[in-house]
Amino acid sequence: MKNQKFLNELVIQVRRDILRMVHKVNSGHPGGSLGCTEFLVILFNEIMKRKKDFNMDGIDEDIFFLSNGHISPVFYSVLSRCGYFDIKELETFRLINSRLQGHPTTHEGLPGVRIASGSLGQGLSVAIGACEAKKLNNDKNIVYSLHGDGELQEGQNWEAIMYAAAKGIDNLIATIDLNGKQIDGKTDDVLSLGNVKSKFISFGWDLIEINKGNDLTSIFNGLNKAKSMTGKKTPICVLLKTEMGNGVDFMMNTHAWHGKAPNDEQLKLALNQNPETLGDY
Amino acid sequence: MKKYSYTEKKDTRSGFGSGLTYLGRTNPNVVALCADLVGSLKMNDFINENPDRFFQVGIAEANMMGIAAGLTIGGKIPFTGTFANFSTGRVYDQIRQSIAYSNKNVKICASHAGLTLGEDGATHQILEDIGLMKMLPGMVVINPCDYNQTRAATIAISKHIGPVYLRFGRPAVPVFTPENQNFEIGKSIKLQDGDDITIIATGHLVWEALEACDMLSKQGIKADVLNIHTIKPLDQNSIIHSAKKTNCVITAEEHNYLGGLGESVARVLSENYPTPMKIIGTNDTFGESGKPSELLKKYNLSSGAIFDAAKKLIKRKK
Repeated sequence: MKNQKFLNELVIQVRRDILRMVHKVNSGHPGGSLGCTEFLVILFNEIMKRKKDFNMDGIDEDIFFLSNGHISPVFYSVLSRCGYFDIKELETFRLINSRLQGHPTTHEGLPGVRIASGSLGQGLSVAIGACEAKKLNNDKNIVYSLHGDGELQEGQNWEAIMYAAAKGIDNLIATIDLNGKQIDGKTDDVLSLGNVKSKFISFGWDLIEINKGNDLTSIFNGLNKAKSMTGKKTPICVLLKTEMGNGVDFMMNTHAWHGKAPNDEQLKLALNQNPETLGDY
Repeated sequence: MKKYSYTEKKDTRSGFGSGLTYLGRTNPNVVALCADLVGSLKMNDFINENPDRFFQVGIAEANMMGIAAGLTIGGKIPFTGTFANFSTGRVYDQIRQSIAYSNKNVKICASHAGLTLGEDGATHQILEDIGLMKMLPGMVVINPCDYNQTRAATIAISKHIGPVYLRFGRPAVPVFTPENQNFEIGKSIKLQDGDDITIIATGHLVWEALEACDMLSKQGIKADVLNIHTIKPLDQNSIIHSAKKTNCVITAEEHNYLGGLGESVARVLSENYPTPMKIIGTNDTFGESGKPSELLKKYNLSSGAIFDAAKKLIKRKK
């Protein structure tokens, strides 16, 4: 990693963005956003080959799809802090006339977003389509996607998982945020996913596990390993074990903060645990 | 009165296949996807000539719609092919979020629409698809009437940027529109000129409307006949213009009378020029097995039904 200090600071700043965004509108999804902060920070800053200016077609660059669109706060924060739009715009999250809709959309033309997501289970198919387009365009870059684990309960994923293996989609790295929680509780209690690893492998995917999914070095090493596995006629799955609500002690080890915003007091407490680093929006 | 005749009957899905083959040869960005129905959709020529630009997704329509959306990211123009039922109702949310709301340049091409799918019965005979698709913001909805027009429509939608629903059917029907016609999205085609009643038809029922027009003319009733191949965006001006001339309007479609062409025309007229109307469509019912011609008769969609409705409606004119 190029600059560990900067990345550490960025993680804390992104956490602050998430917390302040959802607090202001008293809605949104902080739990999964905090759980995926380290992943998206590493992906966008250390892994993906990105062009400076956003172009919908993403020719000659890596592209990313967020399938679990409810973690829009972390997506918006990382996009803005990677230069896709001004960080000031984060203060419009979920407000009327904003490009930062509750769930990401291309409808308002927000740079960095290539597909609407929110209704779950659709992102993997879209990512596969983008992979097919890259192959037709002889574009050797990679398509990344992120999915919630609860999202795997949607059947469309398994259509897509079957397709990707059968058709040798080997320019795809699909990451599953394995935090074991969803709105109604633990995934094991709501509808157990069974053994996700063996399911992907039995469908014909290659797979790596990142057991410390909130540790920057582990994510960096894991994603580089995944990258090295592309181009071999097999899609790649990354099982990213994360902690929902990571970085805020009272939001961890519970599903309670999946879709709930902190109140004034809770926000203060959470921000105190994550003091300002790169400047609030 | 113009005389319409035909020398052959062909299925509109073959018009789609022919148009797709033409696009395969002329537009390298056009790609096609199918969910295990390439023979029914007449996609074989495209596939043989462009194997790299065809994606067989298997019996997995939701995945097909998502992949189509993704293919647009990278500049491709995907044409998806399956039956109308599996092109719409089965995958409505995928179309809504990944295609319509995301404004992706996907062409949803749907065969075996309506009752005339025939013997397979109601599980496959969707009569709600026009309504489902026209409700989606930004979606263009097209239902051409014969082989030549379906071919022309297939080619035309490749040039339109944005999502399109193209609906066509299974049985062989009269080919009566010109070969190599220019297809203008959103522009109706006047087939007959008359002052007594307007008949607005779409899809397979355009031919039935022309036959009804013949029957009416024998009783001295002159009908204006409009072929509305584009249900959305609707050619409002032509509808209003004709209604002002005839003061009564029949619509005819192979679709539920709720949510289809008729309701769209009723909205235009009630807002602009309230006119006595009769909507010919299925009566909020599912279909059933049978021969296409038998089904059109039983469900009152045939030329005879249009003729009967016209005679009743004319009596309501002010």
